[in-house]
Amino acid sequence: MSDTLNGKGLALVPKTDAKQTLKDFKSDQEVRWCPGCGDYAILAAVQSFLPELGLRRENIVFVSGIGCSSRFPYYLDTYGFHSIHGRAPAIATGLASSRPDLSVWVITGDGDALSIGGNHLIHALRRNVNLNILLFNNRIYGLTKGQYSPTSEIGKITKSTPMGSLDKPFNPISLALGAEASFVARTIDSDRKHLQSVLREATAHRGTSLVEIYQNCNIFNDNAFEQLKDPEIRDDITLRLEHGQPIASASKAVVRAANGGLDVVPLAEAGDRVLVHDAHNPDPSVAFALSRLDEPAFEHVPIGIFRQVERPAYDTLMAEQLEEAVAQKGPGDLSDLLMGGDTWRIG
Amino acid sequence: MTKQVQQLDRVVIRFAGDSGDGMQLTGDRFTAGTAEFGNDLSTLPNFPAEIRAPAGTLPGVSSFQLHFADHDILTPGDSPNVLVAMNPAALKANLGDLPKGADIIANTDEFTKRNLQKVGYDANPLEDDSLREWRVHAVPLTSLTVTALEGFDLSKKDAERSKNMFALGLLSWLYHRPTEHTISFLEQKFAKKPEIAKANIAAFQAGWNYGETTESFSVSYEVKPAQLAPGVYRNISGNQALAYGLIAASVQSKLPLFLGSYPITPASDILHELSRHKRFGIRTFQAEDEIAGVGAALGAAFGGALGVTTTSGPGVALKAETIGLAVMTELPLILVDVQRAGPSTGMPTKTEQTDLLMAMFGRNGESPVPIVAPSTPSDCFDAAIEAARIAVKYRTPVYLLSDGYLANGSEPWRLPEVSDLPDISTEFAVKTDEEFQPYVRDPETLSRPWAIPGTAGLEHRIGGIEKANGSGNISYDPNNHDLMVRLRQSKIDGIDVPALEVDDPEGDARVLVLGWGSTYGPIAAAVRRIRKSGGKVAQAHLRHLNPLPANTGEVLKSYDKVLLPEINLGQLALLLRAKFLVDIISYNRVRGLPFKAEELAGVIQDVIDSE
Repeated sequence: MSDTLNGKGLALVPKTDAKQTLKDFKSDQEVRWCPGCGDYAILAAVQSFLPELGLRRENIVFVSGIGCSSRFPYYLDTYGFHSIHGRAPAIATGLASSRPDLSVWVITGDGDALSIGGNHLIHALRRNVNLNILLFNNRIYGLTKGQYSPTSEIGKITKSTPMGSLDKPFNPISLALGAEASFVARTIDSDRKHLQSVLREATAHRGTSLVEIYQNCNIFNDNAFEQLKDPEIRDDITLRLEHGQPIASASKAVVRAANGGLDVVPLAEAGDRVLVHDAHNPDPSVAFALSRLDEPAFEHVPIGIFRQVERPAYDTLMAEQLEEAVAQKGPGDLSDLLMGGDTWRIG
Repeated sequence: MTKQVQQLDRVVIRFAGDSGDGMQLTGDRFTAGTAEFGNDLSTLPNFPAEIRAPAGTLPGVSSFQLHFADHDILTPGDSPNVLVAMNPAALKANLGDLPKGADIIANTDEFTKRNLQKVGYDANPLEDDSLREWRVHAVPLTSLTVTALEGFDLSKKDAERSKNMFALGLLSWLYHRPTEHTISFLEQKFAKKPEIAKANIAAFQAGWNYGETTESFSVSYEVKPAQLAPGVYRNISGNQALAYGLIAASVQSKLPLFLGSYPITPASDILHELSRHKRFGIRTFQAEDEIAGVGAALGAAFGGALGVTTTSGPGVALKAETIGLAVMTELPLILVDVQRAGPSTGMPTKTEQTDLLMAMFGRNGESPVPIVAPSTPSDCFDAAIEAARIAVKYRTPVYLLSDGYLANGSEPWRLPEVSDLPDISTEFAVKTDEEFQPYVRDPETLSRPWAIPGTAGLEHRIGGIEKANGSGNISYDPNNHDLMVRLRQSKIDGIDVPALEVDDPEGDARVLVLGWGSTYGPIAAAVRRIRKSGGKVAQAHLRHLNPLPANTGEVLKSYDKVLLPEINLGQLALLLRAKFLVDIISYNRVRGLPFKAEELAGVIQDVIDSE
């Protein structure tokens, strides 16, 4: 198996010697998000991160669905495919599994990925298609002007739910871990440094990387993630996940609970019980337990890489079967194929 | 005892039994022997959607009809000369199709009180004289098989399972079929279970010997080989031919084939077949649903593959939005719809031509898609290459409209020379001195450049939003949208399709019978009958439904009457009436079955007589 995932995510994508800058990745299209939208920060973070990879620009493809975030590909001077609602993972799967020489990114939102496209998302994750999926989660439908989304909290008052929404929200991290994704992370639009550090790991990972990005919609769901940005409290509620490091905020720590799950306790009381993060654990259940810690009310929110395990990427497995078929029987010959059945000759 | 041998020019046999009785396999083997012998042939499998419907019931009956002849034939035959009925249900379900005087070979062992009651027989029809107008051969197939296999280390149940091979042996004797292929086939099929292989061969030979010795069969029949055009032949079903056509299209276009598909009857066999040919560089992707199947195919097409999705009507309904995206992004894509009886789940294993208008119009917006329809099982090969040619040349999704009858039916196929297949290769866009514009059009075809990722200098963005002609940038300009709507339509309207050919031997027919798709065989057979009896009728068959051949209107208007049989309620007739203002006479039956030649001959005669 040629895939050692960590660090080899881009091994098959051609590199360039030319020096690249942020400007190389800016397209000539006018950016059309609302002023103050969190998408601007993510776009700037991605544009300034891409030169670091040193890839040939023509071997990068951004595929998106429908929604505010899905306009993203238009603003990058790479190949791009702005597709239809929810289907970006399916389209990207066809592209990535037939073209291992491409760095394929999926840009999607909470409605696009988790409502209309939920099926494609979980299947891309279980197959481990070589994709970087950036899921912009603003917990609202923006482009259709403010209906609740599959990540909106219960009781959300919106245009379509004047008496409050009834549906229990999806937790994208829990969902991805449930689908046994090989790389699952969470970051936030306002923290460029952290966002880029997660992208660095995600692109180094061969297979599907799912990065949830908390993104503020200042028009329809402003301050959805305010706790994580407020200097007064953010250091207390943010649990930074770093492989091999204790999981703790400024004042709290994660420990094993008596019932087998996880608890968050005051740091002072944790002592040596603080859980050390193991992102490479083949068993996803601890990562899953971590993903539940922000329930129900954002009192403590893990940020970082929940899970990063090695698993062969789908395109590699597909290509290996083709190679094996050729090794066993030689390359296909059309004439032999047609003549291959029970034939008879007349005349 | 010397048995009489009678010469026949053609025979129609129907094997019928429970879905678990192995009738499809029996039919397949008889077909292989018949093909090897050199008859022309045509087959019609007919089976329930349930894998194992309740045993002994009418819904559980599975049948396989084979028509073979010493001359070229066009259909699997209207009505059987011989019915092999493995149980009372098989007799009851098929008796209505059996002309008086036909032979019935009935497995008496299964005509038990309980089995008779299951299908509503109060008395045993083999004993009460109710079948006096047919020639009944009552044969205890099951017990004869068990007796023949007494020396084998098999349970009674396992021995009984070989009864289909006993029946095959008997029929092979009755029609002088060669036996070597069946024996070697059984050896290979049960290579890992030699005892089962031997038992099946023994049952097959016992059936043959039974025919040879019993007085129940005093006559055997010979059907001489047919004088077909010189060449190498093989028997092929529509689905297999279509899969081979796609492989050929990949070779001839020099594009790697990517199939995105979700299992659905009756199209799944194309997925199965293509998945076996990975050494041609074919990637087959069994998607999580129909939408992902076409989505992945479109994604692969964006990357420079020959993208294909295969499905049937319900799947087409789900794929519609993605097909619209393919229209908008102007990428090559092949959409195979093996039509089945609808609406909704309908009758999955039964045939129909009811998706034509969905293929034509079943998308939002002005969204034209070319349509190619094969006419016979082997024509699925050529039609697949033609669909790929159009897709690649015009950068458009193309429908290939097959149906359940073509998919599962089979016929001898004269193999083409690979060197005679068309070159359908294309060129990807490359960087030039000019600024790259993804929606600049070829002046002849109106197609846009196929610029695949990995090509330096051609970085661009496409998508479902309307774009400015030329630059491809997002555009809401009213005049640009009107232009783009017309350009997309003009591109499809301008596809080069061959002229519609008319078969009108003396050129003086006043009635034209027109068809499309799988009705070709029954229509052509009906036309032969009319001509044989002195009637005059012209025939034309449409392979391209969108765009129509340029001379279509002219052809339609040059006849007094145009008859159009369709296995729908007049979908093509609706299109032709609208486009050409011609008063088409429709003939429509939607029974899940192909037309019969005799039925159509009657309809044609009526139209001629009403002149």
